[in-house]
Amino acid sequence: MIQLEGVTKHYPRSNRPSVEDVNVHIDKGEFVFFIGPTGAGKSTIIKLLLREEVPDKGKVVVNDKDVTKLRRWKVPAYRRTIGCVFQDFRLLPNRTAAENVAFALEVIGKPRSVARRVVPEVLELVGLGGKEHRYPHELSGGEQQRVAVARAFVNRPLIMLADEPTGNLDPDTSIEIMRLLDRISRTGTTIVMVTHDSNIVNQMRRRVIEIENGQVIRDQARGVYG
Amino acid sequence: MRAKYVMSEVFLGLWRNISMTVAMIITMAVSLTMLGAGLLLYNQVDVIEEYYQTNLEVVIYLERDISQEQIDQIESDLLSNDLVAQVQFESQEEAWKRFQDTFEESPDLVASVDPSVLPPAFRVKLKDINDADQLIAEYAEREGVSQATNQKEILQQVFDILGGAQRLTLIVALVQGVAALMLVANTIQVAAYSRRREVAIMKLVGAPNWFVQAPFVLEAVFAGVIGALFAFGTLVASKIFVIDGQFEDLFQLMPPVEWNSVLLLLPILAAISAVISAVTAWITLRFNIRV
Repeated sequence: MIQLEGVTKHYPRSNRPSVEDVNVHIDKGEFVFFIGPTGAGKSTIIKLLLREEVPDKGKVVVNDKDVTKLRRWKVPAYRRTIGCVFQDFRLLPNRTAAENVAFALEVIGKPRSVARRVVPEVLELVGLGGKEHRYPHELSGGEQQRVAVARAFVNRPLIMLADEPTGNLDPDTSIEIMRLLDRISRTGTTIVMVTHDSNIVNQMRRRVIEIENGQVIRDQARGVYG
Repeated sequence: MRAKYVMSEVFLGLWRNISMTVAMIITMAVSLTMLGAGLLLYNQVDVIEEYYQTNLEVVIYLERDISQEQIDQIESDLLSNDLVAQVQFESQEEAWKRFQDTFEESPDLVASVDPSVLPPAFRVKLKDINDADQLIAEYAEREGVSQATNQKEILQQVFDILGGAQRLTLIVALVQGVAALMLVANTIQVAAYSRRREVAIMKLVGAPNWFVQAPFVLEAVFAGVIGALFAFGTLVASKIFVIDGQFEDLFQLMPPVEWNSVLLLLPILAAISAVISAVTAWITLRFNIRV
């Protein structure tokens, strides 16, 4: 499903965290945590998977395709197979919850009839039934993140990337978001989550890959934060 | 659906940034007006050249005391010359009549001239006016000939003035054009910044690149076309109020600036402006919105 082979990425002109010879294999349907201190290179891996960055060396293979060799104009089609949520939710403030989710469908050319059918379904799935017409500022942090998850999931991606999705949420809300991601994982979606929230990692007991100074120092099935 | 979204983003973008939009449109309009004027002049030089090409003559002025035999001799030589298409003799009386006609509105001038100072002349039409120098060389030194002139040389000064005006308009068009394109680039950058959230999300969920870029490119195209419309309006107004209005007398000396060539400028200016604006916007985006 996802394969990082000897992936190296340096940023010579900035102090953004680099990664060094990372080798990771992730199977379909797996739920994987990338953990490690700030600046270890966890988010760089997300960027490489999203093909926002291209590695200096090594291969990033997703769904049997080498993402590093993808032509520029093919990148959008590739990204449609991936859903992504972030610490800062990244919702459009002038659109309601339903419109935010529908936006993801609109801009890839899905007809409005599809949005009308699918959006309420997915909002129901993330537990926002009845709040479709609220604007982001009328929702709590946890609810906003649910909208973001709904938007990431509405195209039924094969892979869901989550870059510190609970970073801005209190512990109880964080657990709710984790339950939601767990539910999505059970639909067969591969989930890659970057975090340094030890409570969550310890409670979930899933595969843990620890990164330090850009290198994998631990890869453990059903691991803890350590 | 998507088209509606793109169009609403275009107008929202232009409106959010209204002062820059107005500056962009004004600069473009000035540039395109100058470009249009330059093109019209270019066309006009051609028209004038063609018009006079068929009417230009070489005038061979004769000595006033020339004998009838000499006149007959010159005439028969001219008629047998291969370069010559048509020869017309103008006696002193005819020359005087022509002089009176030409300066009809200046009776003082006419009154001050003694009919006998006007020389008789041959007005010679050539098959090709460009051979004029050859003919002049043959006849200028001949006995009984005082002077041979080519009307084209006089006209050349008019062409020089028109050519200068044309160069000037094109230079102004170029300078203003560069300013306009910098404003386009600037506007696009501001628009890209104010829409960075939408753009980031669109890229994240896999919207095609053309779709992400379309609102920006269309903003530039829209401003370009509006600029072209203003430029066209200015040129039409110049045609009505300047060329056909206040300076009508001046412009009657030469063939008129045709409405057809003015109207043809609208599609030309709009197309040039739209294409160049779009390309500028697109290039700007390549540096501002990376995939």
